Amino acid sequence: MTYAILYALCGTVLVGVGFFGVVICRHVLRKVIALNIMGAGTFLVLIALARRTPGTLPDPVPHAMVLTGIVVAVSATALALALLRRFHRETGRTELDRVVE
Amino acid sequence: MSFEATILGLIVLPLAAGVAVFLARQTAWPLTLAIAVLQLVSAFQLAGIVSTDGPLRYEVGGWGAPLGIDLYADGLSALMLLMTAIVGSAVSVYATAYFGSHESGEKHGHDQHLFWPLNLFLWAALNALFLSGDVFNLYVTLELLTLAAVALIGLAGTVEALAAALRYLLIAVAASLFYLLGVAMLYSVYGTVDWNLLGSQLRSDLPSLCAIALITVGLLLKTALFPLHFWLPAAHANAPAPASALLSALVLKASFFMLFRLWFSVFPGADLRLAGHLLAALGAAAIVWGSLQAIRQRHLKLMVAYSTVSQIGYLFLVFSLAAEPTVAWDAWSATAFFALSHACAKAAVFMAAGSLQYATGSGDIDALAGTAQQQPVTVFAFAAAGVVLMGLPPSGAFLAKWLLLESALLSGQWLLASVVIVGGVLAAVYIFRVVARSLVAPEGRATRHVPLLMQFVPLLLALVSVALGAIGPQAMSLLEVGTPFPPLTTGGVP
Repeated sequence: MTYAILYALCGTVLVGVGFFGVVICRHVLRKVIALNIMGAGTFLVLIALARRTPGTLPDPVPHAMVLTGIVVAVSATALALALLRRFHRETGRTELDRVVE
Repeated sequence: MSFEATILGLIVLPLAAGVAVFLARQTAWPLTLAIAVLQLVSAFQLAGIVSTDGPLRYEVGGWGAPLGIDLYADGLSALMLLMTAIVGSAVSVYATAYFGSHESGEKHGHDQHLFWPLNLFLWAALNALFLSGDVFNLYVTLELLTLAAVALIGLAGTVEALAAALRYLLIAVAASLFYLLGVAMLYSVYGTVDWNLLGSQLRSDLPSLCAIALITVGLLLKTALFPLHFWLPAAHANAPAPASALLSALVLKASFFMLFRLWFSVFPGADLRLAGHLLAALGAAAIVWGSLQAIRQRHLKLMVAYSTVSQIGYLFLVFSLAAEPTVAWDAWSATAFFALSHACAKAAVFMAAGSLQYATGSGDIDALAGTAQQQPVTVFAFAAAGVVLMGLPPSGAFLAKWLLLESALLSGQWLLASVVIVGGVLAAVYIFRVVARSLVAPEGRATRHVPLLMQFVPLLLALVSVALGAIGPQAMSLLEVGTPFPPLTTGGVP
């Protein structure tokens, strides 16, 4: 097993852990953090898979994709935090359950 | 004007205008209307170029496939761009009146000016998505779309809207990450993200199947196919009416377009017959379950949102029907046409619902008593668009459903055929429930005057969706450009 495969497997596990958190956690801040763990896992897979043939330089395209993905993840996190702050200010709650009727 | 200018104009103009509108608030509606006219012209022009010259490919900055960004337009993209331009323009005009009337003395007026930049950003993201030539670019545009859509949901500022926006954001970002993981796996196996190249190389091995599964699940979550629709009703019902119209008519179609394109242009290399039947079965379940829920709702916009859940189901029948080569073209083209028809009708219904809610001051269906006398134009618009949701002639939806029904019968899928018919009957039930209530004698309470634009824009769009049946043949010949299923010479449009 090469290091690249090991990293890719770790990334996959992180995606699983993150998704578990998004589904299971009730506190929205925890959900947002879990989402970021999921994102980090995806990016780790992308970086690990960039080393396509051993002994040569890694492929730069997945790295460019990760940079784009990070920008997206940061914006989404910022939006989620802004919405959560507003939600908390209006209701004093940090959980989404039983809000809608 | 060359097609490069048209393509770039479709993406760059709304984006630039969105920034301008955000910075200078007073330019909002004149600039949006100017962009709307330009979008309509460009979309029709692109459709014209595509139908004469065939599929177009444009390398942004001249960089080329492996490193640069390729834009690609064929008949399907052109039809989706037309859909975006028509619905987007109508909603923009409606929104000028909607937010104009709600600013004076309404409690939820403070953040509404943000609708304008969000509307334009949404528009740019949609156009870029429909023109994307590679699967990674699709991811980026889908995320831009999601962020704009989340903000539109939260625009109303109520607690319900904020919760719905947050829930949608969490689900949508998780879904996008599934999609991105799938793209990463495809890239690691095939070394390209260009979907035309991927389509010619795709094999049926384990990494590819994992990638396909991840991509499909991610996109199903975003398209809200039953049973993954749980986030949709709250999100679409709590947004302001113009935003609901955009979300239901266009945003769902974007992720469906991705699945539609990938499934038939990229994934055929892997044998997905069984998965296709599963998707169609979920679609059939969505049609029945969504309609039944719509019939049960007391709140008008929730009813319309559940109607969307049900109508989305029709789009998924093709994944089973296209497995039969003789009917593949009919089912494929009917589905694309159904998407266009549903977009116009659903936007009209949501806008009419917004006008009725404004007139009666209540979102309940029971409060509509007597509106047929006092708001005849709006009720007529609702009913006319409702005819399209039921799929009665001469609407475009009738043509699409007819083709779907014919494909289902010819390929021996009796169950799917009966669901198409039952879905139409159930749609009639929930539409007539509203129309019947509006015909009941008024309960002594006069309705508020609705601005003329808020009456006639839904009516116009509803009439467009009814008249779409007349342009069926033109739409079909446009769809033939770059289709994965060349039509057989026999048979034709009824």
